Amino acid sequence: MILYVISVGLSVTMGLMGFINLAHGVFAMAGGYVFATSLGRLGLPFPLALVAAFLFTALLSIALERLLYSRLYSAGELAQVLFTIGLIFMAVAVARALYGTLAPPVFLPDYLRGQVHVLGRDFPTYRVFIIAFSFLIILGLWFGVERTRWGAMVRAAVDHRAMAQSVGINTRLLFTLTFALGSGLAGLGGGLGADIIAVQPSYPFEHLVFFLIVVALGGLGSLRGPFIAALLLGIADTACKYWVPELGAFLIYAATIGVLLWRPMGLFGTRV
Amino acid sequence: MKISKLAIVAALALASSAAFAQTIKIGFITSYSGLNGNLGPYMERAVRLYIKLHENELPPGVKIELITRDDTGPNPDKAKQLAQELVVREKVNLLAGVVFTPNAMSIAPIATEAKVPFVIMNAGTAVITTRSPYIARTSFTLWQSSYPLGQWASKKFKTGYTLVSDFGPGHDAEEGFTKAFTEGGGKMLGNVRVPLQNPDWAAYMQRVKDAKPDTLMVFIPAGKTATAVMKNFAELGLDKAGIKLIGPGDITTDEELPNMGDVALGVTTMFHYSAAAERPANKAFVAAWKKEYGANETPNFLSAGSWDGTAMIFEAIKQQKGKLNPDKTMEIFKSWKFADSPRGPISIDPETRDIVQNEYLREVRKVGGQLANVEIETFATAVKDPWKELQKKK
Amino acid sequence: MSAHLTGYTGDPRIRWTEWLPWIVAAAAFFLLPEYLALGVRILIFILFALSLDLILGYAGIITLGHSAFFGLGAYVAGCLSAKAGVSDPFLQLAAAAGAAGVLGVLTGAVILRTRALTLLMLTMAITSILLETANKWTSMTGGADGLSGVTVAPILGAFKFDLFGRVAFIYCLVALFVAWLLVRRLIYSPFGAMLTGMRENTMRMHAVGAPVYMRLIAVYTISAVMAGVAGALLTQTNQFVGLNVLGFELAGEVLVMLILGGVGRLYGAFIGPVVYLIAQDYLAKQFPEYWYFGIGFILVLVVIFAPGGILGLLDKIRLRRRAV
Repeated sequence: MILYVISVGLSVTMGLMGFINLAHGVFAMAGGYVFATSLGRLGLPFPLALVAAFLFTALLSIALERLLYSRLYSAGELAQVLFTIGLIFMAVAVARALYGTLAPPVFLPDYLRGQVHVLGRDFPTYRVFIIAFSFLIILGLWFGVERTRWGAMVRAAVDHRAMAQSVGINTRLLFTLTFALGSGLAGLGGGLGADIIAVQPSYPFEHLVFFLIVVALGGLGSLRGPFIAALLLGIADTACKYWVPELGAFLIYAATIGVLLWRPMGLFGTRV
Repeated sequence: MKISKLAIVAALALASSAAFAQTIKIGFITSYSGLNGNLGPYMERAVRLYIKLHENELPPGVKIELITRDDTGPNPDKAKQLAQELVVREKVNLLAGVVFTPNAMSIAPIATEAKVPFVIMNAGTAVITTRSPYIARTSFTLWQSSYPLGQWASKKFKTGYTLVSDFGPGHDAEEGFTKAFTEGGGKMLGNVRVPLQNPDWAAYMQRVKDAKPDTLMVFIPAGKTATAVMKNFAELGLDKAGIKLIGPGDITTDEELPNMGDVALGVTTMFHYSAAAERPANKAFVAAWKKEYGANETPNFLSAGSWDGTAMIFEAIKQQKGKLNPDKTMEIFKSWKFADSPRGPISIDPETRDIVQNEYLREVRKVGGQLANVEIETFATAVKDPWKELQKKK
Repeated sequence: MSAHLTGYTGDPRIRWTEWLPWIVAAAAFFLLPEYLALGVRILIFILFALSLDLILGYAGIITLGHSAFFGLGAYVAGCLSAKAGVSDPFLQLAAAAGAAGVLGVLTGAVILRTRALTLLMLTMAITSILLETANKWTSMTGGADGLSGVTVAPILGAFKFDLFGRVAFIYCLVALFVAWLLVRRLIYSPFGAMLTGMRENTMRMHAVGAPVYMRLIAVYTISAVMAGVAGALLTQTNQFVGLNVLGFELAGEVLVMLILGGVGRLYGAFIGPVVYLIAQDYLAKQFPEYWYFGIGFILVLVVIFAPGGILGLLDKIRLRRRAV
C-alpha cells in the first residue's frame, strides 16, 4: 500500500504533466531519509516527521524542477528517460555519501506498533494505519482535482497548455506546484514506508519497476487507477508469497504483462 | 671529486637497501558499494589495523602493499575481472578478502591458474574451498554455526521452521540446521527460501506463524536485512505467539544491533565471534579498534575474519623471510594455528584448507545500556566444517 | 534526438576513417597486453551497445529491457556448458543467438503494438520475469550464487582462453567485426532508410504503406540476437554467469555508454563503451563514490546540452570549422 502513496505522486506528474519521471523513487528515498532522520536523530514526533518528509521533498522537487526538469518539457521521451536515469545515479551517490549503505533505523511510536484485532484476525497496526492514510490521501486528491479551481486549472493546462495560458492561467507556476505535490507525496510515501521498505541508496533502482507497474496498470491521468492497482498488487503479491512462495514476484510481472496487453492504457487510464 | 664520490657511495647505499627492500603485494577485493556495501570497510580496516600494529614483526626490509578493489556487491564477473587485473597488471603475491560467495567462486580459477594464494576472509558457503587448491579460508562456514545450532535446538525445542535467503549460504544454513535438528529428534514443520532482494517479509512471517513451530531459524545476509526481519517478526506477533527466534550470528551482527532496538533482546544465536566476548585477546582487539577508528565504532565478524587472515599471511611472510613461494605459502597456511585470535583458538584444517574454530552460544542482552551478543557458553570446540566432514563419510 | 544525416543517404562504401577502430584494437592487442581483460570487456559492451543502438537510435524504441536478451544469451551459453556439457564455443554462441532471437520475436510481437510508457514498462517487466526465473531456478542457473563450472573448449581446437585474455580478445574482436559488417549493411540499405523513417515520423510511414510493425519486429529480433551473442561472449570469456547480467544497473550502464558516444550513430556504440569503461577502470578505483555521481551528472549534462553525445559534439566542431 505504500506503493500507492508513492505511485500516486508519479501518476500525478506523469499523467497530468506528461513527463516521464523515472527518478520518482529518488523523491521517495529522500522523504524516507528525512523522515528517519527527523524521527531518530532530531527526535521529532511521528506526525511532524511525516510533514518534514513531505515539505523537504516538495521543496527539493521545486528546486530541481526549476533548474533542470523545465528544460525538458518539450524534449522527447528518450531525453526525459535518460535525464531522470542520470538523476537517479546522482541521487544514489549522494545518498551513499551522506548516509552510507545502511538503512537508517526507524523507531515507530508505540501507538502505532503491535496489532489490532479486526474481523477476527490480527493485523499489524501500522499496516492498517497506512491503508487508512492512503485512503484519506486519495479522497483529498480526488476532491482537490475534481472539485477545486486548482484542479480545474491543472486539468485545463494539461489538456491544452497554450489555450490555458491564453486564458490567463500561469501554467509555469501550476506545473511547478503540481510537480511539488507529486514529489512531496512520494516523499511522504517513502517516509511512511520506511519501516517496511528499507530506505537505502539503491532504493530508486530497486523499486522503480514497482512504481511504474502501479502507474501503468492503474492508468495514467487517473487517481483511482493507481489506488486500485496498488491494492490489487498488494493483495496478489502477499497471497502469492503466502500460498506459493516458490513463485515469488513472478506472478506480479506476468499479471502486469497480461493486463497491459488486454488494456494498454491501464485499468482506468484516460490517455497512454 | 669529493662530491661525486659521496654521490657514488650514496647511490650504492640506496641500491643495496633497495635490493633488500621487498614489497609483498596483496590484492584485496571486497564490497564498498552495492548490496551490503558497508561491509567492505569492516574488512579493510581490520587488515590495515593488523598491519599497523604488527609491521615491526616483519623481516627487515619487507613491506606490505595493500591494493584494494571494489567488486560493487555480488558481481562475480566484475570480481573475476578485478582479480585477473590484480594478478596480471599489478602482479600481486596474494589475493584476499571477498564478502560474497559468487565472487569467491568466480575468482577461484584465477587463483589456480596463476598460482596465487587466495585468503578468503568472509564468504561462507562450504563448497568454496574445494574450488581451488590455492584457497584458504579464515572466516567461517554456515554449516559450522548452523549444525551446532541445530544440535542445541533439538534438545530445547520439539518443532522448528527455517526461513533463509535463497543463495549459497542460505541453503547451507538451512541444510545444516535441519540435519542436526532432525538427527537430535526434532521435527521440521517447514522450510521457506526467500529471494535475496525482497522488500516485504510479512507474507512469509505469516506463514511461519500459522504453522506454529516452537522455534524459527532464520538466516539472511548480515546487515540491514536482519533488522527488517527482526521488526517483521515482532510486528506480526510471532514472539507473542511463543515462537523463539534463533539463527547463526549473522542475524544479530555487532554493528547492526544498535539499529535493531529492543526487538532483538533475547534472540539466541550460534557464532564464532562476538564483539562483546570477554577473552583478553578480544578486549585488546576491540580497544585497538576503537582507538584507531573512533569510540563509537565496533568490529564485527568480518573484521575478525580479516584480522586473523592477515595474521596468517604474516606468518607465511615471516617463515619465508619475505620471499613468497605460492606452494610453500599454502603449506604454511595449512598448518597454521593461532591461539590468540579475538575469537579464541583457531587453526586451519590441513585437509580442507578451511577454518577450525569454536562455536559459542550467545544471547542478545543489554550490557551497559547497549545491546550486545553475550556469549553464554562455548558450545563446541575446534569445530571443523561439518559439511565437509559429512562428505568424507559418504 | 535526431540522427546525423550520414545514415541512409550516405555512401555505403567504407570510408577510411571507419577502419580506425579496428586499427586501434589491433594496436591495443600488441602494445597493451596487460590490459586485454579490460579490452575484452570493452569489445563485448560495444557489441551490446550496438544492439541497443539499432533499437533505440535507429528504430526509436525506448527500452530498458535489453538486458533480457543479453542475460538470456549469457545463461543459455552457460547452462549449455555447465549442465549439458556442450563446450564447443560456436555451438554455445549459436544456441544463445537462437534463444535470444526467439525471445525477441515473441516479445516483440507482443509489445511493439504499444508505445512509450506502456512499452517501457513491458520491457522492464519481461526482464524482471527473466531475473526472477534465474533467481529461483537455482538448480539450473545457480541462483544468486551464479553459475560456475562453465567450460569452453579451445576455439577451433587450438586456442584456449588464457589468463591474459589474448585469445578472448581476438575471439570477441572477430565477433564484433562480423556484427559490425552486418549492421552496416543493414543501415545503408533500404531497410535502414525505413528504420529512420519510422523513427522520425511513424504516421507517415504508415501512410506510405510501409509494413511498420513487421519491420519493427525484424529489427527488434536482430537486435536481440546481437545482444544475446554479446551475453554469451561474456559468459565464455569469464567462464561464469551471475544474476547481474539480467539486472537493471547493467542496462542503465549500457544506456549511458551509448548516450555518451552518441545514440543513433553507428560509432556512438563504439566510442561510448571505450570512454566509459576506461574512465571507470581508472576513476572508479580512485573515487568510487564520485564515480557514480559523475556518471549521473554527465548523463544529465549530455541530455540537456549535448544530446548527440561525443560524436554529436565532434560534428558540431567540424561544422563550425567549415563555416569559418
